[in-house]
Amino acid sequence: MSEHHHKETFVTKYLFSFDHKMISKQFLVTGMIMGVIGVLMSLLFRLQIAWPEHSFSIIEAFLPERFQSEAGVMKPDIYLALVTIHGTIMVFFVLTAGLSGTFSNLLIPLQIGARDMASGFMNCLSYWLFFISSVIMVISLFVQAGPASAGWTIYPPLSALPQAIPGSGLGMTLWLVSMAIFIAQSLIGSLNYIVTILNLRTKGMTMTRLPLTMWALFITAIIGVVSFPVLLSAALLLIFDRSFGTSFYLSDIFIGGEVLNYQGGSPVLFEHLFWFLGHPEVYIVLLPALGLTSEIISTNSRKPIFGYRAMIGSIMAIAFLSTIVWGHHMFVSGMNPFLGSVFTFTTLLIAIPSAVKAFNYITTLWKGNLQFNPAMLFSIGLVSTFITGGLTGIVLGDSALDINVHDTYFVVAHFHLVMGVSAIYGMYAGIYHWFPKMYGKMMNKTLGYVHFWITAIAAYGVFFPMHFIGLAGLPRRYYTNTNFPLFDDLANVNQVMTIFALIGGAAQVVFLVNFFMSIYKGKVASQNPWKANTLEWTTPVEHVHGNWPGEIPEVYRWPYDYSKVDENGEYIFGEDYIMQTVPLKAGEQES
Amino acid sequence: MLALFYFFVAVAIAIGIWQVNKLLTYRVIFKEIKDGKKIITFENDDNPIATDKDNDLQGKLLLVFLIGFYLLMGYCLIFLHDIMLPGSASVEGEDYDNLYTITFVLIGVVQFITQGLLYFFGYKYKGVVGKKATFFADSHKLELIWTTIPTVVLAVLILYGLSIWNDVTDLEGDEAIVVEVYAKQFAWEARYAGRDNELGRGNVRNIEGANTMGIDLTDANSVDDIPVRELHLPVGKKVVFKFRSQDVLHSAYMPHFTAQMNCVPGMVTEFGFTPKYTTEEMRERKDVIRKVASVNKVRQAKGDDPYEFDYLLLCNKICGPSHYNMQMKIVVESEKDYLIWLNQQKTAKELFKL
Repeated sequence: MSEHHHKETFVTKYLFSFDHKMISKQFLVTGMIMGVIGVLMSLLFRLQIAWPEHSFSIIEAFLPERFQSEAGVMKPDIYLALVTIHGTIMVFFVLTAGLSGTFSNLLIPLQIGARDMASGFMNCLSYWLFFISSVIMVISLFVQAGPASAGWTIYPPLSALPQAIPGSGLGMTLWLVSMAIFIAQSLIGSLNYIVTILNLRTKGMTMTRLPLTMWALFITAIIGVVSFPVLLSAALLLIFDRSFGTSFYLSDIFIGGEVLNYQGGSPVLFEHLFWFLGHPEVYIVLLPALGLTSEIISTNSRKPIFGYRAMIGSIMAIAFLSTIVWGHHMFVSGMNPFLGSVFTFTTLLIAIPSAVKAFNYITTLWKGNLQFNPAMLFSIGLVSTFITGGLTGIVLGDSALDINVHDTYFVVAHFHLVMGVSAIYGMYAGIYHWFPKMYGKMMNKTLGYVHFWITAIAAYGVFFPMHFIGLAGLPRRYYTNTNFPLFDDLANVNQVMTIFALIGGAAQVVFLVNFFMSIYKGKVASQNPWKANTLEWTTPVEHVHGNWPGEIPEVYRWPYDYSKVDENGEYIFGEDYIMQTVPLKAGEQES
Repeated sequence: MLALFYFFVAVAIAIGIWQVNKLLTYRVIFKEIKDGKKIITFENDDNPIATDKDNDLQGKLLLVFLIGFYLLMGYCLIFLHDIMLPGSASVEGEDYDNLYTITFVLIGVVQFITQGLLYFFGYKYKGVVGKKATFFADSHKLELIWTTIPTVVLAVLILYGLSIWNDVTDLEGDEAIVVEVYAKQFAWEARYAGRDNELGRGNVRNIEGANTMGIDLTDANSVDDIPVRELHLPVGKKVVFKFRSQDVLHSAYMPHFTAQMNCVPGMVTEFGFTPKYTTEEMRERKDVIRKVASVNKVRQAKGDDPYEFDYLLLCNKICGPSHYNMQMKIVVESEKDYLIWLNQQKTAKELFKL
């Protein structure tokens, strides 16, 4: 790198930085703030589910008076608003931007050996659009009639008609504006990731020497580019219906004592457009988590990831299939049953690459020398919740079985485990693992252990029993179940789940304390604390513009040469890891 | 249940005390760095990298967690069994119940084995300084096995599932009784097709006064239609439902019959089934008695009236603030009782004085 130092002001260094490492931290911290909001909301509505219409001082303190039916009790439409915004924030702002945004930005240049992203400007733009969309989403919480409350899937006509629910007024408008900007940032970011991975790999970094993290983030970016524009068009058409009197989704509606002037549209069209993004979105959330985990499990097992090429193949298969399965969200939407059969077929096929991934992770652990730092524990936790949640997908993906569990708590349990908890675990694993790279400090290990174990117990404590209340036929998004004596015996289960949720929520405070304390007070990290092979650990601990102070290193091998031995059973280079920058020894076979 | 709550509070407090203790072990250290500046750090003797002691403890905890997880699964399967829906009360639901059992046994077995392997390997191969991990990067044979087995199993599930789906969604046949179910914020209405078994056209533009479902009164088929507020179905006869919605999306969910279909404004959707047990027969089924007992135990503790089993139609698609209270009772009875009931209801002609 040139000796020339450009002068950095606070504004160029911390606000409008073009440096991918700073941008990744911006994504992470913004995502974390949104995460705190999203989790707190879930705790509030869990209180209402467990103790319906009970007065809670915390609700009285947190919610404005106009959102309460009596002191400390939330109104039914505000309950729905909390559910809606919780879903939106967690899926998009935390698990899409917070996870993929953070780690794509941090790791892509570092792991492929590039000075920065292909376009620093677009990268900066992408973050600031994300920031603006987050701000608009948060502002929407404070509008007079309450935020959007038609569920995170915002199906019209409910989301189109303020007469149907108060949140479909200004709150919904802001939701749509925020999401439109969010989609723009996601597209700009994804294009940048794709171009960077394709064009800026260092010498020797062939596609088959890329760490699986890179493969996962690369394919994720491609799915994003393919599917997010469709959600944008769905949102635009909804804006047209809401504001300009078109009838894309609306037809024959009688509400508030009058017939509305809409004819010929169909909400089913919206469902198709929404889930064309909505289902790939699951993998946009999950694949980065699986990518990070692949790297962490291999490093901490001191073993190569089992079946590297099969892992790439299954990522690709999952990505491809994910774009042709959206209809399994619509088996009972009134869509042609034959179409349902097709979607059942494609959906259940996804179980095959997913099973391959799960088996490969388990085999990677086999005969390893497992190093249980918090990142490794969260990765194992991810594999566990991915299996538990994935298996129930076989029930939901089968149209015949879906009929009776569709939109019940069984679905809520399924997707929270398979994409919510799994992706959050992946994100935590990534933060614990790459914290030294981000901040040059180590996070506290003991607090990490405490964080993991409480979270792991709480997550299963909440979401495992939830399957059973779903199988009892309890529909999701009910403000209270007390109007149905049929569900009276589920109250106890709901209370236990809420208690676990509160414990789990409290455990995240341990993480936040650890995170911020470690930034300032953590032990200084060494250059390669986990003894890993990938390129990011060849950069200096102190961040420099351009990542490497000298030449960009050349790559000679794949990233998973852990515990590689010669014919005498001795480590080839005397250590149980060989970095990608180490040339092959005479007579050594490339793995 | 309250005991459990106190237990968790106690655990939370214990963890709190432990952690505060932990934080107290941190020492403030003044370090001098080269140009004479002093910095303050806050550290304890923790090694941030996992040591053998950590690996040993965490490995054992993984095993404990596995046992705990198995216990949780067992507890849920045994003690939460009674709260679940009883076996299906429709003829079409018999296949559903079979597929349901097969699928759940299968995923239960896979869950048991894979979680066991995952956590057990965690325990067994916990790290020890100096131990060599086995370099094992690939095995086409193994990968072939675990690609083929899921493929075969899923192929069977897909084929069986699709054959059931085809049966369930096949609504052809002249014998079926046609009933319209009409959804609106936040109530259900229904309309029987009457003597001609042919529903008259409906559109929200016809809604006026007592004609709350927007029945087209100029249509000859409407004359003998019978609008009602409670569903009665004859046992053993196929019923085909035509669903309409007046305002937003709703979903007509009849969990006991394993039946569900969305009600979509602007279009008619359909679903059908054949009730297998009358309400009375259902009340005498063992699994229903157990479920009712489990409900009544809770109701008794609250001081509520005892609950008696009834079939229900409920809304299962978010539809507005009172989504949680949108239900209609369904009565299944002998064909004779059903006809008596139906004849007592007023037809459109009588209601609207056509």
